[in-house]
Amino acid sequence: MTKLFEVPLYPYKWSPDQETSAPVRHPVVIIGAGPVGLAMAIDLAQQDIPVIILDDNDKVSVGSRAICFSKRSLEILDRYGCGDQMVDKGVVWSHGRVFFGDRQVYNFDLLPEEGHKRPAFINLQQYYCELYLVERLRALQQEGKPVDIRGGNKVASIDQMDDHASLIIDTQGGAYRIEADWLIACDGAGSPSRRMLDLDFVGRVFEDNFLIADVIMKADFPTERWFWFDPPFNKDQSALLHKQPDGVWRIDLQLGWDIDKEEEKREENVIPRLKQMLGEDVEFDLEWVSIYTFQCRRMEKFRHGRVIFAGDAAHQVSPFGARGANSGFQDTDNLGWKLKLVLEGTAPESLLDSYGLEREWAADENILQSSRSTDFITPKSEMSRIFRDAVLDLSESYEFARPLVNSGRLSVPCVYDTSPLNSDDVDGLPARTRPGSPASDAPVGEEWLSDRLGDGFKLLALGLEIPERSDISGLSVEGISVADSDIGAELRSRYLGDAGAAIYLMRPDQHVAARWTTLDWAQIETALNRAIGKGKAA
Amino acid sequence: MTAHITKAQLRHPDDFYADLLEAHEGRSKAESDAFNARLILLMANRIGDPDELKTLLEAAAKTKHPE
Repeated sequence: MTKLFEVPLYPYKWSPDQETSAPVRHPVVIIGAGPVGLAMAIDLAQQDIPVIILDDNDKVSVGSRAICFSKRSLEILDRYGCGDQMVDKGVVWSHGRVFFGDRQVYNFDLLPEEGHKRPAFINLQQYYCELYLVERLRALQQEGKPVDIRGGNKVASIDQMDDHASLIIDTQGGAYRIEADWLIACDGAGSPSRRMLDLDFVGRVFEDNFLIADVIMKADFPTERWFWFDPPFNKDQSALLHKQPDGVWRIDLQLGWDIDKEEEKREENVIPRLKQMLGEDVEFDLEWVSIYTFQCRRMEKFRHGRVIFAGDAAHQVSPFGARGANSGFQDTDNLGWKLKLVLEGTAPESLLDSYGLEREWAADENILQSSRSTDFITPKSEMSRIFRDAVLDLSESYEFARPLVNSGRLSVPCVYDTSPLNSDDVDGLPARTRPGSPASDAPVGEEWLSDRLGDGFKLLALGLEIPERSDISGLSVEGISVADSDIGAELRSRYLGDAGAAIYLMRPDQHVAARWTTLDWAQIETALNRAIGKGKAA
Repeated sequence: MTAHITKAQLRHPDDFYADLLEAHEGRSKAESDAFNARLILLMANRIGDPDELKTLLEAAAKTKHPE
C-alpha cells in the first residue's frame, strides 16, 4: 500500500516568475509547507492577501511527528476551515496509566471542562493534519483565492532590504529570483532561513534524543496514554505510548544525549524494547522508526525587518506537553490579522512588533513548562532524583501527589498579560477572560461562542444591545449581542461572574483586547486603536 | 506576617523528635533520604498555602549551618 507521505501533493511546476527579466514582487512569501507554513498561507489567503509557499519537498511529512493537537489549535483550525476533518479523523482519549520502574502507580480519567465545542486535545498523525491543510489550500484556490504552493522550490539565499526581501530559489528548471514585501520563515527547527540571515537561536539548552516508533497493533489494545518513568526496558529514561487513528500506536522512547543513533534505530534493537513495553505476546508491525533530537530555545527576536519567523523556526521545545505545532498555530493566528491590517494601511508597521512581543512571551512560557517537565522526567541531580522518585512512590497511594507528576503539561494558549495591545481591565469580571486572554469557548443559545466570534474584530455584548455593525477607526466591527435568555451557566461564569452585563472587544485571533461593564463608545474607540498598534506608548 | 509561621507550635516537641528519629532507625542513607523526601511532600501538601511554603523554604535556606 502506498503511504500517504509517499505521494507528491504539490510537485514542482514551472512558474511564469521563472522567466521574467526583473524579479516579481509578491506581498507575502512563506518558506516551508509544514503545518505552520500551510496554516499561515490559509490565514492570509482567507483574507485575500496574495501569498506563495515555497518548499524544497513536495509531500506531507513522514511519520506521525506532532501527534497531539490541542483544543486551541482545533479552534484556530475551525477558522481555517479544517477543524472538522481533524476532529473526525483524530482520536479523543481520556484514560491513562502511569508506571514507575516495573509497576503501575496509578491510572486516571481526565474529566475535561464541559461547555466547549472542541475536546481538550486529539491525537492525529502530523501527515493527516498537513493533508487537510493542503486540501483546504486547494479549495481556496478553487474559490479564486490568491494562494500558490510551489514544491521543489529550495530557497538558496535571502537578502534583506529596507522594504522587502529578495530571494534566489533553486529548482529543477534552474534558479530564479523573486521579491517579497514580507517573508515569513516557517522552515522548522533547523531553519535554513535563520542560518542564511545569520541569526541567533539561544536559550537554556536541554539536549536529548527520542526514538519515535509508529506501531500497528494486530489485536485490540486499549485507547489509553501510558507513561513510564525509569522502566526496566529503558533504564533512567522515560517512555510514552499513545493511540493514533488507523490502529497505529505511537511510542516515544527517551534515549538521552550520548547515544549511537544508527545503532538505536536498528530493528533488532527496537523490537525487543517494544516487546518489553507491550508484553511478549502482543503482535505488532513496525511502521516507522526515527530518532528525534530537540533542544529548548528560541530566537531573541521573531521579527527581523521584513522577515518574520514562526513555529519551530522561531522557538523549539521538548515534546512533553505538545507545545511545538500547537504553539506554531498560535503564531500564525497572531500574525495573520496584523499583517493584513499593515498591508492595507489600517495599522502602522509597528503592530508587527507586537507579534514578536506576544509570541516571544508565549515561547518563554512554553520553554518554562517544557523545562519543568524535562527536570521531572530527567532529574538533573541526586536530590532532584530523590524528590522525583518520592513523588512517584507517593502517587500510588496518595492522590495529592498525582498533580506533582509531570510527564508534560498540555499546551494551553498563552495569556498576553503584558501586551501593549491590551487596555486596562475593569473590576468585577472573571479573571480567566481578562485582557490578553484567549476567548474561552461556551455555548451561546444553539451555537458555540468560538464559531460566533469567527474572524475579525468583534464586540461581544452580554446582557446589552449593541448595533450589528459599527465603524470605528476605519474598521468595520461586528457587534454580537447576547440576550439574557441565551446566557447559560458557562457563558455567565466565564464572562460575567457576578456582573449583570459586559462588553468585550475581541481581537481577530479571539484574544480579549478590552472589556467593560458599561457601554462607552469613546472607550471602545481608544481600546480598538490600542489593539491595532495606534495607542500611545505606555 | 512570617512570624506566626515559624513560632513554636509543636505540642509535644520531645515526643515528635523521638518519633522522627525512630522513623529513621535502621534505614540506610538512601532509604532515609527517600523517607525525608516523602515526609516533606506530605507536609507541604498539608500546609498547602504557597506563601507559607515559600516562607518555610526561606527559613530553611537562611539558617546557619557549620560546614
